[in-house]
Order: sequence, then C-alpha cells, then structure tokens
Amino acid sequence: MKVSVVALVAAVATLAAAPSFADAKSDAKTQVEFGINVAQRGLWREAIYRWQKATEIDPTYAAAYNDLAIAYEHEGQLDKARKAYEKAIELDPNNTQVRQNYELFKEINDRTTQGKDK
Amino acid sequence: MTGPHRAKTSSVALAAVAVCCAAFALACGPDYYEIPIETPIQPKMDVTPFQRVLVVGFVAGGSEDVDANQETVRLLRSQLRTKSSLKVIDADILQLIDVAREQGAATPANAPDDVTSGATPSVRPSQTFALPKDIKDEKDLEPYERLFANTAYWKRIGEEFQNPLIVTGTVLFSSRSTSGFVQRDQETYDSLGRRIVRPVRTYMERKGFILQPKFVFIDGRTGATMYSERYREEILYNAQQNTPALSSYFELMDRLVPNFLSALSSQKIRGTRVLLK
Repeated sequence: MKVSVVALVAAVATLAAAPSFADAKSDAKTQVEFGINVAQRGLWREAIYRWQKATEIDPTYAAAYNDLAIAYEHEGQLDKARKAYEKAIELDPNNTQVRQNYELFKEINDRTTQGKDK
Repeated sequence: MTGPHRAKTSSVALAAVAVCCAAFALACGPDYYEIPIETPIQPKMDVTPFQRVLVVGFVAGGSEDVDANQETVRLLRSQLRTKSSLKVIDADILQLIDVAREQGAATPANAPDDVTSGATPSVRPSQTFALPKDIKDEKDLEPYERLFANTAYWKRIGEEFQNPLIVTGTVLFSSRSTSGFVQRDQETYDSLGRRIVRPVRTYMERKGFILQPKFVFIDGRTGATMYSERYREEILYNAQQNTPALSSYFELMDRLVPNFLSALSSQKIRGTRVLLK
C-alpha cells in the first residue's frame, strides 16, 4: 500500500514536471531562433544576449553554445568563443557542423598565437 | 473502368501526401543557417607610439635563385603601404650580413654587451670566423642573431630615420627534394557512367622550397627588440614540374604576410559558420 502511494506520488511529480521541462526547452529554442534572426541582420550583440539566455534556460542545449561561440568569434572574443565551442562539442560530440565550425575557429585562433617568439 | 479510376485516386493521394510533407518542412524550416562572419584580430603589439615604419633589411640565405633580402623588403614595404596606417620609409636596403660581419670584426674582445665577454682575446678570431658568408641552413643563421640584440646599432639607425618602428630579421629560402608515397584522389567512371573518386597511394619524387623567416620588430627610439616571431612554410611540386624559385617564394610569402601584418595592425578575417537551431 505504502509503496504504491510513493509510486503514485512519484508519477504525479514526474507528470507535473514534464510540461515545465518542455516549456524550458521551448523557451530556449525560441531564444535561439530569435538570436539567429537578429544575427542574420547583423545585430550580433542582441544575438549574444539571446543565446546566453538560451544556455541559462537549458544548459544542455548544444546548438545554443555553438551559436554563442560564433557570435563571440565575430566579436573578436576568442577565449569565450573557444570555451563555448568546447561546451557545444562536450554536449553533442557527434555533431559534424559544430566540429567543422570549431576547426575553422581554431585555424584563426592559431594564427593569432603561432610564430610568437617573445 | 475501375482500373484507371483507382490509379487516379492513388496518384491524387500521393500528391496530397507530398504537398503535406512540403508544407510541414516549410513550416519547420531548416535546422541550420550558413552565416558570414568577420573575426577581428587585435595587433600583437602596440604600435601607437610610431607614425613611420622602416623595413631595413634581412639576414638572408639559402637558394641563390632568389635574393631573399631584397624581395622580402620590397614585399613587406608594399604590403605595409596598403594595409597599415604607418608611413613606410623608402631607404636603401641594408646588407645586414655585411653589417654583422663588420660589427663582429670591430667589437673589442672585452666589450660589455659581447655575449662571449669573459672569453680570452685569443677566442676573438674564431668568433669572427663564426659568421659564415654563405648561409645555407638555420645553423649558419644562428650567429647572426646577435645583431638584433645590438641596441646601440639599432638606436643609431632609429635616430637617423626619426625614431620609426624598425622591421628586420632573418630569411632562409632553401630548396628541398623528397620522395615517397603520397595519397591522391583518382577519378574513374563505372559502367553506368557514374564518377567514382578513390584515394590511391603512389610513389612520387617531389621538389620544392622551404621558407623560414623570422621577423624582428625593434623600437627605433631605444634600439630594443619589441617583438619577434618566426614561421616555416613549405611547398612541394611533382619533380617534373618546373616552377621558378621566385614564384614559389611569393606563393610561400603570400601565406605568411597576413601573420606578419597582424603583428602591427588589426585584421579582419572573413569566413562562414553554421548557426544551429
């Protein structure tokens, strides 16, 4: 009897949490889409704000980190870009598009550091 | 009568499904967007105290087909003229090999800035001898590095040209030949006319060139080195291909010039990335 009550409570809690989790995912996606929209118009700072928000809402959203990394790269904030790319790859290691973006980024980043003697 | 009717019904149904799929795809939109970006690269050193730049000359060696000193000075001056805010000083190109040899011969054995200070005077002649006239490899270049540490000499050059930023260094442009297996794509067509590309390993003899410059940036006001960087680029061709040394030199320099410029002026690097939904 006691076990079935616990199971029931757990089931109710899971069902209650599910919509809010779905809402969070949906909110994060909305932020990412809005960020893409403004980035395409050249409003990169607004895009950064949106994608940062998306990663706060859903810290497992690899695409948001990828987009954020691109925006940081565009703004010349290379350290932040590298961290964001690495996070995106950590979350979605098989995503070839993220990897390709990261490889292109590394090429530029290496250019700023290579050859340096002192 | 029923046969054609049924066929017509099924094709209408298929068309309807196709239209629905297309509408769904359009409503969802693509999951990725290609976007052009421009990455700004900050200069590696602060050149704001300078209005003028003097590419003075290089200690150069390697292949005799190219005068690496003359060509490097000419190329860097023209690049700086168009791609930096500094005014480029047109002056005679110095033969730094001769300058270094003269300094080696003139410096007293007990000079305070001499790296061999403490050495007995008898060491002196062999040290002068240590500056080879013909520079063939990196080892031959090493003794010339002392020249860039001679602050008094560079300060004097700086005073002569009203304290500019001085660009100098070493350039080694040498030929190279190698042989071994290389992988290349082979294109074939199958019986249906389809193009098939397969990687194949073939033995090849190749020859080409290696370019190893070291750029040294000196403060003309103090004669001190502000920053230096070294690079290595290589190009290899099929042994049958006869590519002139000078065009190989320019091809290799072309790869390095953006790095050189990024040391003293901010650059924007254009590219494309993929935004994801």
